[in-house]
Amino acid sequence: MFNYTFQWKQAMARLPQMLDGAIVTMQVAILSMVIGILLAIVLTMFRLSGIRILSAVAKAWVEIARNTPALFQIYMAHFGLGSFGLHLSPFLSILIGITFNNAGYLTENFRGALKAIPDTQTRAARSLGMGAAGAFRHVVLPQMLRISFLPMTNQMVWAILMTSLGVTVGMNTDLYGVTQDLNALTFRTFELFALAAVIFYVITKIVTLGARLIAARLFRY
Amino acid sequence: MFDTALTAADFIFLAKGAGMTIVVTIISVIAGTVLGIVFGVIRYQLGAIWAAPLIFVLDIFRSIPLLIQLVLANAFMGTILRLNMSGFTVACIVLSMYTAAYCAEIVRGGIEAVPATTRRAARSLGMTWGQDMREIVLPLATRVALPSWIGLALGVMKDSALVYVVQVTELLRSTQILITRLQEPLLLLMICGAFYFVISFPLARFGGYLEKRWSND
Repeated sequence: MFNYTFQWKQAMARLPQMLDGAIVTMQVAILSMVIGILLAIVLTMFRLSGIRILSAVAKAWVEIARNTPALFQIYMAHFGLGSFGLHLSPFLSILIGITFNNAGYLTENFRGALKAIPDTQTRAARSLGMGAAGAFRHVVLPQMLRISFLPMTNQMVWAILMTSLGVTVGMNTDLYGVTQDLNALTFRTFELFALAAVIFYVITKIVTLGARLIAARLFRY
Repeated sequence: MFDTALTAADFIFLAKGAGMTIVVTIISVIAGTVLGIVFGVIRYQLGAIWAAPLIFVLDIFRSIPLLIQLVLANAFMGTILRLNMSGFTVACIVLSMYTAAYCAEIVRGGIEAVPATTRRAARSLGMTWGQDMREIVLPLATRVALPSWIGLALGVMKDSALVYVVQVTELLRSTQILITRLQEPLLLLMICGAFYFVISFPLARFGGYLEKRWSND
């Protein structure tokens, strides 16, 4: 039953290539997260604006992002936009897909965070003479980002894991794509993917621990 | 203006894919929840130090992409153990463990939300540990855990889109097969997305409603 010879050396020999892939994975994840947070802030402002069209856009975005698979969103970015003649590179497709997903989930997180900030603070800021925008930017926004720091960390981990879906639209430079190409070369499926799994695990651990350290430093008071 | 090559047979093909998505989801969620409750209770009873191996294993399932878990499980069952399992079985096993890893955390959170004083009161009244768990903890923890559990079940349904990697033709995979043949990506993806949305949205709303209804404040 158990006559399989593990060839870890062959996998380890490809480690540098896979680490290069891991860097691309991190690039996608970080970019999608940064743009996602900015978009989520904009969507949150849409929601608060009271203008019906804008809040409907925000609502639709959140519901679509949360109620369809991430893979579907990536297909939509790649094949869906493609049918409008907008042919994106795999890197852009995966970036748009994950960013769309991130923005949707983060907007929902921000909504929860906003509930924790008392209304009276905004009113106090306004009565001190701040404009609506100033009150949002100086009083509400910093607290909102602070409260939703932990959910943002989770979303970052999700974004890293989601980059592995890029392979479905032909991305072969990220960690999963590189691993799959190497697998086609060597057929050491288990060894290569086990190594990729370890790299993913280490990356997510570094991100969560790093976030915890940053949180301890930022939120000392 | 709007003509399509989509035939009734293609619709049946899509519906079969949708059926596969639902079957995989239901099996994995049921098995994963049972396992998750067991793991969650063990995790709670043992405490963080003695349950460290369990925490580590469950954490692995949450920190590695599902795609890699599926490929690894398939390679492990197929080429190392030579078990000759179908892709469907592998998909269900992996998704169940994946569900269990998340469910264990939800269960632990639910148990921890039950005030210790309530449980001590139950034990002082002469209830056994089992009775305390069944009659006191279960109803109270369910209120805390059910909304997140609904979210988890929906998450598993969405993540089941990845089982194509072990040759299971579920909804998104059958959509892609049709896209390759018909070259009408937008229409087909819309149908596929609408299907996921129609299942997920009402349940997600129901979860949100329960959360609001059952929260103490």
